[in-house]
Amino acid sequence: MTVIPKETLIGRRIPKLDAPAKTTGETRYINDLALPGMLHGKILRTDRVHARIVRIDTSAARALPGVHAVITAADTPGVPLGHGRDNPPLKGDRVRTIRDEIAAVAADTEAIAAEALRLIRVEYEDLPAVFSVHEALRPGAPVLHDRHPDNIPFTFDYSHGDLAAGEQASDVVIEDTFKLHYVTHCCMGVSGVIATFDTTGQLTIYSQTQIPFLYKRDIAPVIGVPPDRIRVIQPPLGGGFGSKLDIYPFEPICVFLARVTQRPVRILFTREEEFIASPTRQPVEFTLRSGVKKDGTLMFRDARTLHDNGGYTSWGATTPFVMMQTISSLYRVPHCRYHTTVVYTNNPYAGSFRGYGNLQATFAVESHMDRLAEAVGMDPLALRLKNAQAPGETTPQGMHFITCGLRDCLQTAAERSDFVKKHATNRAGQTGPIRRGIGIASLVHVGGGANIYRTDGCGTILKLDDFAQATVLTGASEIGQGSETVIAQFVAEELGLPLTSIQVVNNDTEITPWDVGVHASRTTFIAGNSALRAARKARTKLLAAAGQQLGADPATLDLRGGHVVDATSGEARLEIGKLIRSLHFAGKHEVVMTTEYYEPPSVMQDREFKGNVSATYAFGTQAIELEVDTETGVVRIQKVTAAHDVGRVINRLGIEGQIEGGVVMGIGYATTEDLMVSEGRVLNPCFRDYKLVTAPEVPEIDTTFLETLDPHGPAGAKGVGEAPAIPTAVAIANALYNATGVRFRELPFTPEKVLRRLREAAEGKP
Amino acid sequence: MSITKAISFTLNGQATRIEVPVDMDALTMIRDVLKLTGTKLGCGEGECGACTILVDGTAVNSCLMFAVDCDGRELTTIEGLATPAGRSVLQRAFVEHGAVQCGFCTPGLVMQGTYLLRQNPGLTVADIRRGIEGNLCRCTGYQKVIEAIAAAVHEIEKGDRA
Repeated sequence: MTVIPKETLIGRRIPKLDAPAKTTGETRYINDLALPGMLHGKILRTDRVHARIVRIDTSAARALPGVHAVITAADTPGVPLGHGRDNPPLKGDRVRTIRDEIAAVAADTEAIAAEALRLIRVEYEDLPAVFSVHEALRPGAPVLHDRHPDNIPFTFDYSHGDLAAGEQASDVVIEDTFKLHYVTHCCMGVSGVIATFDTTGQLTIYSQTQIPFLYKRDIAPVIGVPPDRIRVIQPPLGGGFGSKLDIYPFEPICVFLARVTQRPVRILFTREEEFIASPTRQPVEFTLRSGVKKDGTLMFRDARTLHDNGGYTSWGATTPFVMMQTISSLYRVPHCRYHTTVVYTNNPYAGSFRGYGNLQATFAVESHMDRLAEAVGMDPLALRLKNAQAPGETTPQGMHFITCGLRDCLQTAAERSDFVKKHATNRAGQTGPIRRGIGIASLVHVGGGANIYRTDGCGTILKLDDFAQATVLTGASEIGQGSETVIAQFVAEELGLPLTSIQVVNNDTEITPWDVGVHASRTTFIAGNSALRAARKARTKLLAAAGQQLGADPATLDLRGGHVVDATSGEARLEIGKLIRSLHFAGKHEVVMTTEYYEPPSVMQDREFKGNVSATYAFGTQAIELEVDTETGVVRIQKVTAAHDVGRVINRLGIEGQIEGGVVMGIGYATTEDLMVSEGRVLNPCFRDYKLVTAPEVPEIDTTFLETLDPHGPAGAKGVGEAPAIPTAVAIANALYNATGVRFRELPFTPEKVLRRLREAAEGKP
Repeated sequence: MSITKAISFTLNGQATRIEVPVDMDALTMIRDVLKLTGTKLGCGEGECGACTILVDGTAVNSCLMFAVDCDGRELTTIEGLATPAGRSVLQRAFVEHGAVQCGFCTPGLVMQGTYLLRQNPGLTVADIRRGIEGNLCRCTGYQKVIEAIAAAVHEIEKGDRA
């Protein structure tokens, strides 16, 4: 008798299913794809920050041998795209940012297309431009879009409690203004797209999108092709991080070129173009006023933020949705107000970027927690613990924390880093140019999706073949984060099959069922739950059929190691493949195929931005130790102690990678990365001048996972893709204060800026 | 039309003859002419390391090398590392230690790691960090890449070949 013991895949270190092909160069990204007859598209971008287009002469470009098409706005429907529907793919009358697309070429080679761009003559009439939110808000400032004569496309307001009462009840009130800068995603694979029409007018787009189904809906009116005639195929992505959550002009432009040439067309950015013409993280000027009682009880928080929206509106404008959650709900605060003004300028525009406004909001809130602690003579850990949320609470914004590991995260990170002792010792006074500091910061972020559409669901189709191979068709996109491996784990676990028997298909809207998209740290939770439930249905079907064949109660059977087994003894009774074949052949004529559409138990927020927008929330704390050279301004991060409430670890290898990658992205945001924008122009569009963190600069990262076993999470898991990047920068700011006694309110902490701030502080500016 | 030149070299063990424009870089020759797309273009100016290949055993940013300078040399690209027996020790280590996320930088990192291991099979972690300084990765934070190369050092000490 063969006995198969019960084993679990959950929590193990599972190598990513897509990793082998990525180590051998077999994986074909969009950069590596070529369709027969494919042409190469290139986009002419303006070199003016704000101007009227008087005339575009494309005749010389059209005459160049090898050029198949040259298009301008006049050749397109002119329907604007993006979240604000204010961004025509090709600009016909006016340009508002230096990235603006004004013409495009399709040619036999990239070199010919580039040559053709040089032959296009554009005549402009320059318009007065505006490069700061303050200038743009002044009466008489240049107007970017006639629809918004005040340059304000959006405002956001949230409040709970009674602010005046909160301020009156406070013993200490502080106010600061923080300035958070431009950074950009720097996906290692540049932006690209391939568009091709067949003879019936069916359009196939090979897209890097993170939202394949909404993409069809959103791009359809812009290109004048009905959504049911659009197929989206997603080749493996060379990095996402939120950058592909909106549609950007190059994608419809590629479709226009494919339509006019009746050939497949590919557009691939150069790295310089990637820096100039892809979205950024939202820059913010963040004024925060907070008050506490002497005993450390937080009484009120009043936040006013100004968002530089750039020339057009993408997702960056909507980051207040996430910012206000941290302001209202990371700590208990009885009285709270939040106001954002989003302002058009002639600067670059921001999209969504891992953390979605939360790095900025957390920077302000957690800087203040440190300042308030000092003001009332508490250590920063004690003040946070006093005000931290606990399991079971519903915050005034309506966020329901069924599970909440925040206090455990705070205590774990503090204990493992010896925070309290080190913090006190460092403060006691250091001499010499090199100063040590330790800082702490926490976060809350959605961990079970974000219900911002009418549904936040994900579909799964699961089919088992007669050799017990399971194919999982999921709407959820793999962007390198490891979702297909996690989905395969859930299915393998339920069906008692080895991981090698699971195939995940996730890249073709013609095959896969609907999903909102890969964003808001939702995929493990929502696509995971969807796959898990589809697998449970298949499991029930298999066990029922096995019970019938074996004359056993299905409840006494289990699926393990490719077999139906006796649940108690583990004795193997029947091969799963054989069981499926018997369903096909033995007069039953059945296939084992199940479907699931999982909708999380969350709600859309009401008009006051209240409601339980996510099915669960992720929490975490990071303690960061650093050294700063006060003579050179160089900051060296030495150790990061991270404690994250992840619900449950599903793939330990994958989740460690998410934490480490997120932390290092946070370190980059704080210390090295700076997209320098001056008068609307990007000054450093290359890796030589835009510094990503490199391997020698990576500190020791000590990660602890707190498993709070979320009742709605798949096997108890929460989403954590964004969480690790969120508190890092402000933990560094707090460590800098601990090291130097100087409060840093402006990112990034590059040597020249650190030095400038230290000098300024020495001259008496607080 | 640009001037072309006939060159010959060994590519992944295979004798190769080709005529290339004199202004073409080695990366374009490898990807667009020879259709080996495993080597990636990340920046085109030697800053990211995604295009790393081995030229006479030395790791080189192929985007910075003229194609004509490949004449008479021995080139190894990511496609040349695996043998019929399977993926190399380092390729397997990258998979097992979670060093791959989006994977776009992976071929360059594997080539650089292979070079480092062949130069010095007794690499320390500090050597590894320094050795992959020129390869940018946006996903992993490098930690697992360092662990993978360190694991390969260990495997090689036990007798496997790089």
